[in-house]
Amino acid sequence: MHTEDLFTSRPEEASGFDENDRNASKSASRKGSEPSWNGDLLFALSNLVIKDFKVRYRNMSLGVFWSLLNPLVLMGVLTFVFTKVTRSNSAPHFPAFVMCGLVPFNFFSIGWTSGTTSLVENAALIKRVPIPREIVPLAAVLSNCLHLLIQIFLLIVLVLASGLPITVSWLWLPYLWAMEVVFVCGLSLVSSAVNVYVRDTRYLVESINTVMFWAVPVVYSFSVIPPVYAEIYKLNPLAALILAMRDILLEGHAPRWELLVKLTLVAALTFTFGLAVFQRLKRRFYDHL
Amino acid sequence: MYAIELNNVSKIYYRHGGRMLLRNRIQRIMSGRPPESFAAVKNVSFRIRRGESLAVVGPNGAGKSTLLSLVAGLCRPDQGYVSVNGRVAALLEIGSGFHPDLTGAENIKLNASLLGLSRKRTAAVFDEIVEFSGIPAEFIGEHLRTYSSGMAMRLAFSVAINTDPELLLVDEVLAVGDSAFQEKCFRKIHEFRDSGKSLLCVSHAAGMVQQLCDQAVWLDHGEIVMTGPIDEVMEAYKGRRTPGA
Repeated sequence: MHTEDLFTSRPEEASGFDENDRNASKSASRKGSEPSWNGDLLFALSNLVIKDFKVRYRNMSLGVFWSLLNPLVLMGVLTFVFTKVTRSNSAPHFPAFVMCGLVPFNFFSIGWTSGTTSLVENAALIKRVPIPREIVPLAAVLSNCLHLLIQIFLLIVLVLASGLPITVSWLWLPYLWAMEVVFVCGLSLVSSAVNVYVRDTRYLVESINTVMFWAVPVVYSFSVIPPVYAEIYKLNPLAALILAMRDILLEGHAPRWELLVKLTLVAALTFTFGLAVFQRLKRRFYDHL
Repeated sequence: MYAIELNNVSKIYYRHGGRMLLRNRIQRIMSGRPPESFAAVKNVSFRIRRGESLAVVGPNGAGKSTLLSLVAGLCRPDQGYVSVNGRVAALLEIGSGFHPDLTGAENIKLNASLLGLSRKRTAAVFDEIVEFSGIPAEFIGEHLRTYSSGMAMRLAFSVAINTDPELLLVDEVLAVGDSAFQEKCFRKIHEFRDSGKSLLCVSHAAGMVQQLCDQAVWLDHGEIVMTGPIDEVMEAYKGRRTPGA
């Protein structure tokens, strides 16, 4: 076990090495790159979330109002284009209809993008502070949650302004959003870890987001999709989420149970898969950052 | 029981290891050549007991910082094993967990939590950290980017030393800060050592480490050149380096 080398010298050679060696090998021998960190995970996570959030908004004079302004502008443009210019969409309450798609989509795209780049952007932290690495992408996704809450508030105001009633099925909303957060966290765990090794990952994620905007029913309703593609649509969790939101907020009934089961399963599986991939890939983060 | 034990540790880096784009990967697969590698740390063994302090000296690129990262558990050795007993506080680069757009107070909280302190403990040692850093109370609510580099370093060091580690890893950082603060750090580190805790610090120059540590390892090109009491090692290190430099 102790092959002596010309260049190897030990201090205190005389101090009974073999006797102490047994004790040492029993103690926390470090084979993986998991730092011996036994801090307060939630406290560290919440501090990172607060940091991301503060850093993002502190230098903007309008601050969090941008999270109101951005979707409002987009909603205005989409409403104008689809109801006045092309008149291709006849959905009632079109602004509320579009917002049901925009709010989940915005969180998905912004959350996933910031989660993907989080490890590379926090390279100094990863290389210099022995924290559990998982909390970096998780904090990046979670720091968008206030953004999401503000947009949800906007959505609800819009739904009420359209004269739609509050129903019991609204109780499903927090659950659906929680599932979306879990789903995006899972995706970000995978993509952030891959992005450390292959830096092009973030551009791939950005392209997927652009495709997603048109591939999920944000500006059109599910009923216009040809039956051939309908099944494929249902496999997409983001599309399922938007459909469930419209069921609840616009139609006033609870989403179908198979939709809920599917969403829960996909979110849980994505998160578990994300953690597993991250565990494997994190070992060499240091060498690639 | 040893605080730190390294046994035949090697760490190998590959060229183009970092910042790898898809293009580089494809090129590598197409050319079929294995990537060029070099060992940043080669067959290094040493141990530090509780209450002992060890300095790692050597020129730039000798592998000193890699060695500290291995001990901190930030990367894993390709050969051999590293064993560490006790809570580690690593001060590897000034303010790695610090953000210029956060205030001094916010940075203290963030870094204390990253170094493993609980919410309660952070609140308890907060004033102590501020006091030790010597930063006036009216500046602690200001953004870190308005601080001088000396102030930022003092804050970083204060957080690390006040997290009550059993093992302190320090990388060159004590080079900054005015003499009054350095004096304070000295006292704190001596206090720290006297209470049976260990210190591992790294430097390319003599000076401070000679006053802080009793043992030294001289590292060059990733390999140990000499180990022993600090005065002997430093003398040899200084003598060897001058003609070559």
